[in-house]
Amino acid sequence: MPLRYLENVVTLAYDPEKCTGCGMCVAVCPHAVFVMEGKKAAITDKDLCMECGACLRNCPFEAISVRPGVGCAYALMMSQLKGREISSGD
Amino acid sequence: MSCCGPEIDPEKAGPGRPANANDVVCCGSDCECESTLQAGDLDGKSRPWITGVLTAAAGTVPAVATRPSWTDRLGTWKVRWGFGRSTYAIPPGLYAIGAPGADAPVLVTANFKMSFDRVRWAMEGRSAWLLVLDTKGINVWCAAGKGNFGTDELVRRIEATRLGEIVSHRQLILPQLGAPGVAAHLVTKLTKFQVMFGPVRAEDLPAFLDAGLKATPEMRLIRFPLKERLILTPVELTGVFRHPIGLAFLGLWALKLLGLRFIPLDGLAFLGAILIGTVLVQILLPWVPGRAFALKGWILGAIWAIAVCALRGFPGASLGGWLAALSYVLILPALSAFLAMNFTGSSTFTSLSGVVKEMKYSVPAMIASAGLGIVALVAGFFV
Repeated sequence: MPLRYLENVVTLAYDPEKCTGCGMCVAVCPHAVFVMEGKKAAITDKDLCMECGACLRNCPFEAISVRPGVGCAYALMMSQLKGREISSGD
Repeated sequence: MSCCGPEIDPEKAGPGRPANANDVVCCGSDCECESTLQAGDLDGKSRPWITGVLTAAAGTVPAVATRPSWTDRLGTWKVRWGFGRSTYAIPPGLYAIGAPGADAPVLVTANFKMSFDRVRWAMEGRSAWLLVLDTKGINVWCAAGKGNFGTDELVRRIEATRLGEIVSHRQLILPQLGAPGVAAHLVTKLTKFQVMFGPVRAEDLPAFLDAGLKATPEMRLIRFPLKERLILTPVELTGVFRHPIGLAFLGLWALKLLGLRFIPLDGLAFLGAILIGTVLVQILLPWVPGRAFALKGWILGAIWAIAVCALRGFPGASLGGWLAALSYVLILPALSAFLAMNFTGSSTFTSLSGVVKEMKYSVPAMIASAGLGIVALVAGFFV
């Protein structure tokens, strides 16, 4: 059973007009959010997206937008408390 | 006179970089100089996983073992328990697996030793070049998210190791989880190397290579099965006790057990709440109701709180008993919820937007609950 997190929150957006069918988003997404449908990519289930940003980084045609980030409560809390960006390893 | 030219600063020599100023490869018997790299060591530090030294067009490259040694296993175990995690790194640069020639594949990984270990062990019996990026000792996925396992570092490392002179092809195989940090098309533009994203798991590399660099859909999916959730729990658990508050708790509990009975601390109740939030929620993750991790922690914590009350005979008939029961039910689940919420960063499927929303509701709830619980606890002393 695929583990699911909160629904209807992710910032993922996709513009099929800009898609050239290169398939990079399908190759890099670790949750199979994208799939090839004919000559273009399509979203399977937006709520599976964890906003890692791999698709954003690897779409040369800017068909994908997302606010990338790490879903880490600890990092968010520490950022609030220390007043600066915190990420893994800090 | 040395055939190799003036000695180079050993700091600057390293994997894939010439050991001497004249670019002459020191091969041994007919040369008076010594390579700065000996089998078994690197930069002067003893590294038992280096089995030898390969001579390549642009310098000497350390060859690495492909089987785990007991020092590897011990190192992995320590890191899994939370010790030395931030310093478990190896020097970045180029390494050799097996006996790679100019046409051998180039695999790329992070300089976190566990990432490096996974790749070389998966490649037992095969030959390849292993390009190790400087991710400051952090694993591929976390480093990619931060940008350290990134386009810039990859380009830098390709140039520093003179990879283009060592391999005749122009193809790199990257772990799929490096994609958040590496823009394949930009790497190609800057270096002429094509980036192929390989499988998520290093273990799938042989199958990926044998299929002609083709990944099955399963190889491209990250899963979070029980075994992988369980292996993360030791560091979650020890994390509590490596924090000053956790240490203080242990100290107080120890004092109470040693005779200072007046200390009003139910150590067992708290330990249970800690185990629930750092181990049990993680094990039962798919089956506990609720999408938010804090809610899962709260639910299991509430069950524990009720069980502890039953064990301790609360609420019983007195006001004091009711206040005690109230304090247990308000404090313990809040603690488990907090600890469970902190597991979001170690999981494989939580989005930042989701975590922000989860925290918006659960942090105030946890603070209010714990606060009221403390009030009930203190009130109980006066009854």
